Amino acid sequence: MSAIKIYVPRDAAARSLGADGTAEAILTEAARYGISVQLIRNGSRGMLWLEPLVEVETAAGRVAYGPVNAADVPGLFKANFTSGNAHPLAHGLTSEMPYLKNQERLTFARAGITDPVSLSDYLQHDGFRGLRAALKMSPADIVAAVTDSGLRGRGGAAFPAGIKWKTVLGAAGPQKYIVCNADEGDSGTFSDRMIMEGDPFVLIEGMTIAGIATGATHGYIYLRCEYPDAHKALNEAIASAYSEGYLGADIQDSGKRFDLEVRLGAGAYICGEETALLESLEGKRGQVRFKPPLPALQGLFGQPTVINNVITLASVPIILDKGAEHYRTFGMGRSRGTLPLQLAGNIKHGGLVEKAFGLTLREVLYDIGGGSLSGRPIRAVQVGGPLGAYLPESQFDTPLDYEAFAGIKAMLGHGGIVVFDDSVDMAAQARYAMEFCTVESCGKCTPCRIGSTRGVEVIDRMVSGDNPVKQEVVLRDLCETMVHGSLCAMGGLTPYPVISALNHFPEDFRTRKTNALNA
Amino acid sequence: MSTSPKRVIPIKVERASTLSPADQASVGAICERLKTLPGALLPILHEVQGALGYVPDDAIPLIASALNVTRAEVHGVVTFYHYFRTHKPGRHVLQLCRAEACQAVGGAALEAHAKRSLGIDFHGTTADGAITLEPVYCLGNCALGPAALLDDQLQGRVTCDRFDALVAAARKGV
Repeated sequence: MSAIKIYVPRDAAARSLGADGTAEAILTEAARYGISVQLIRNGSRGMLWLEPLVEVETAAGRVAYGPVNAADVPGLFKANFTSGNAHPLAHGLTSEMPYLKNQERLTFARAGITDPVSLSDYLQHDGFRGLRAALKMSPADIVAAVTDSGLRGRGGAAFPAGIKWKTVLGAAGPQKYIVCNADEGDSGTFSDRMIMEGDPFVLIEGMTIAGIATGATHGYIYLRCEYPDAHKALNEAIASAYSEGYLGADIQDSGKRFDLEVRLGAGAYICGEETALLESLEGKRGQVRFKPPLPALQGLFGQPTVINNVITLASVPIILDKGAEHYRTFGMGRSRGTLPLQLAGNIKHGGLVEKAFGLTLREVLYDIGGGSLSGRPIRAVQVGGPLGAYLPESQFDTPLDYEAFAGIKAMLGHGGIVVFDDSVDMAAQARYAMEFCTVESCGKCTPCRIGSTRGVEVIDRMVSGDNPVKQEVVLRDLCETMVHGSLCAMGGLTPYPVISALNHFPEDFRTRKTNALNA
Repeated sequence: MSTSPKRVIPIKVERASTLSPADQASVGAICERLKTLPGALLPILHEVQGALGYVPDDAIPLIASALNVTRAEVHGVVTFYHYFRTHKPGRHVLQLCRAEACQAVGGAALEAHAKRSLGIDFHGTTADGAITLEPVYCLGNCALGPAALLDDQLQGRVTCDRFDALVAAARKGV
């Protein structure tokens, strides 16, 4: 009898709840029962509330059990779970679980299914088909395919990727670069981490295609240092891509060169801003640059540079493989394709959900997310990271679409959705937004550097009842100055969470005394 | 005519480096190996902190001279990034997430518990030298908060009890 395949994720989130101990316990019990087991450390399926999620391969398909702690393992063996038998922790076939079944996984097609660092697994699951197609095309045709797909920057700014690539293709320079922004600092986002840990080859493939399309021969992945697991997975995958000729001087005998390395950030949120990131890669303080010149013309070391987010680059292979038209068919309006959403915070079914644009926030929160984790009513939702607006229940019917969110002075950003129940104090959240800006401002623009400190003080005075009507005028004026007087999104968008909290939850900004008077 | 008394300009002797010869050699070897990389400063600082646990002030002149930049430039970079520290940490570094997704599930209460039970504020080290507590803004474990990073191991659903257990295990470990 051949060995039974058992999957235990190596994803950091699964490991944060003891997946390593679960894997060890499975091997121990298997030895005790004399069962031959092949343990595969896959990526996460994205159903994070069920982690560690263990899967057993059966004739019918993979059967899921979760959450499985090391202490549950002896019981699972007793129930003969290696044959996919019933157990209180069993969820049936993984692919039939509604959370997964209703998703439209393009970018995350392989995540959780394969062994992330196995190149042969990657090839067996349609890997490098996009690169093969690209190697037969002219650079201009590759750029046209990306443009036609409607792919927009998934980092948050939603700038059309094809236009950026076209500028770099047309720019002259002795050395062009592809830079991947893997400084995923927004709270509530983890899709970059999950794809880098769960399918690192797809990012390597996307960056290689970008290199071939624009004439860039060197790539850097700027990875935040808070992601040690992703660092490991990327380095393992890059090493095997080099040894199999998918990176290096002569990619698959095409005569094309592309080199790739990972560089670590050092805990500065601002380095997620593209020009600050380039400064940091050059070995400097991560201070924002003036634009123009655009990074596409004068980027890293002054050379033409494509700088894209992880998910943007990881979405390129499937566009080249299945065609721009296929990708375009997903989505709504000018938001084409899919967006990997991340359900986070106080949510029952937190995890990664890749869907075409156009779902409403309400569908995501209740139909997919199952409501709050605490069971209390959801009061506010922050979409798009620490610079995103707080949305009240009355805005939950907004469709997830870049323009629809811009229309309500919010932003979709990187697709992170952080849920708060009714115990949240929105004045405290507004204060935190300002405080975060004091900690993370690069210091270049005065409204951001000093305005954020003043913002904390004004909010403190407001909630302590010190002339609150006047303080509100000052706060709104300060926010206006920050929006218009900052070079980048740090100072320019910090007012979004502050003003949205103030507009939608004004009662939280009043002191207890005035609230009692109004009651 | 008598000459006026000579003015003596005192010459300040630079204090000797407090780095041990072994640490100096280690910083020197790292610089030598990495200095030709484009944008070498961050990779060098990462390796120095990896080898020594921190970036000592006395490592800065060595790095500056290897890269042919001023000490001020190196100092500016070291102090810009939250991750680099200039003082020796405890045996374990515990980074606690302060960001919104963790706040939504009790992050602030955990932060207060951590500071109280360890008897230190952020950036502090416990008296027994076991734990250094650092704030961090997102560890990418936002669906399973509150999150923490103990050395290189991510932790999820860190309740106060789990926090105490982690600290106790770390203290026992080394």
